[in-house]
Amino acid sequence: MKDDVILRTITKFMLPFIQIFAFYTLAHGEISPGGGFQAGVIFSSSFILIALVFGKNNARSKMPKSVNDILLSTGDFIYAFTGLFCIFTGGLFLEYGELPFHSAKEGNHIGMIIIELGVAITVAAVMMTIFFEIAGKEDD
Amino acid sequence: MIAVDFLLLLLLVIIAVAAISAKDILTSIMLLGSYSLVIAMEWVLLNAVDVAFTEAAVGAGISTILMIAVLTRVPRFEKEPKEQKHFFNLFNRSELLALATVVITGVLLISGTWDMPAFGDPNSPANSYLSPEYIERSYPQTGSHNIVTAVLASYRGYDTLGETTVVFTAAICLILLIRSYKKNER
Amino acid sequence: MIEFIADKYNFWIAIVLMMIGFYAIIAKHNLVKKVIGLNIFQTSVFLFYISISKINGGTAPIIWHPEGHAEVVYDNPLPHVLILTAIVVSVSVTAVALGIIVKLYKNYGSIEDDEIKMRELKEPELDSK
Repeated sequence: MKDDVILRTITKFMLPFIQIFAFYTLAHGEISPGGGFQAGVIFSSSFILIALVFGKNNARSKMPKSVNDILLSTGDFIYAFTGLFCIFTGGLFLEYGELPFHSAKEGNHIGMIIIELGVAITVAAVMMTIFFEIAGKEDD
Repeated sequence: MIAVDFLLLLLLVIIAVAAISAKDILTSIMLLGSYSLVIAMEWVLLNAVDVAFTEAAVGAGISTILMIAVLTRVPRFEKEPKEQKHFFNLFNRSELLALATVVITGVLLISGTWDMPAFGDPNSPANSYLSPEYIERSYPQTGSHNIVTAVLASYRGYDTLGETTVVFTAAICLILLIRSYKKNER
Repeated sequence: MIEFIADKYNFWIAIVLMMIGFYAIIAKHNLVKKVIGLNIFQTSVFLFYISISKINGGTAPIIWHPEGHAEVVYDNPLPHVLILTAIVVSVSVTAVALGIIVKLYKNYGSIEDDEIKMRELKEPELDSK
């Protein structure tokens, strides 16, 4: 598919817009429909588009296995660490009201933003991992 | 509104029957992708916008592309079993047995919905237990306009941690199953 | 009578879809068709839940004006949260099932379950690589 001029041009043109749409969905998670899961899936679809048009090795070189494996657990770690940090500052597990901000409402708000970021990172890395493991030739 | 709802649901049943009876697996996967899209439209009609967004992104996007990716490794056409077909040449014996089981289960389930509260009832037990408190308190306590995100991330945050772990476990399962470490790759 | 049907047809069509998916899981021999049936089954359960959460004259559960929102009727947001989690779990289950199908094809050379059973009965000691 990499010999087709239209596909190559449109893909190179659309990739930054797809990734910015993913960040937009993540940032507007509490004002409009959206949130962490949808943002992670849309971000991973940009790398899957590279794999479909330019080949799997090309896409793998842009997101190497080591980086992908580290990103898998980083998101979950951010989530659980926020919960543990709430215990250190005096509340229960995942009680964001006790985080050291001005009021309980602001603590809740910032806590939600942090964990949505963690969820988006993990889901993006997971979708990329699953696609790159399943797709391929028989003798891989 | 009811007419559009009913037409969409009828379209869903037709697409589902077509998806499981096609011989070419690529056709089935394409029909499954369009099934996900039509059910996302149905959810916008039922005012569940977050769910529609997730279903369109995950169901019609990722699930379809994963199944097409499997087709690079397995054969594409379904094999016909060689048994004799009864009943207008459509089903053989084991399929008739499965059909009977399915019809009996369906009749039992439909008889279970006989006493359910009506569709859209604001005083049903599901709609009056905990949700009015969430709707009341979500903006003063968390500052977020989207009630679904507030419940998902703050009131039921522990479940979301479990879900992230489930997705992570699926990736670990796939890495363990498929990834190969040959000597000349290191 | 018509009102009784109009109150409940959402649930009945969800059950019909559930049974179509169930039939595909137990009657089809091809493994990818079984996974497709599992997907149809799961989305029909989600349709059942979201039909429970709809309220007549309600709107989507997003607060536009926080000051004057005492008069607006919102839909029940709690089943939406459960179904969001369930959709992501469903894609995880599909992914692991497809990974197992790839491994089965590598070992047995076929993805029809009666052929796999025949080959397993003939040579029960197949090992990968």
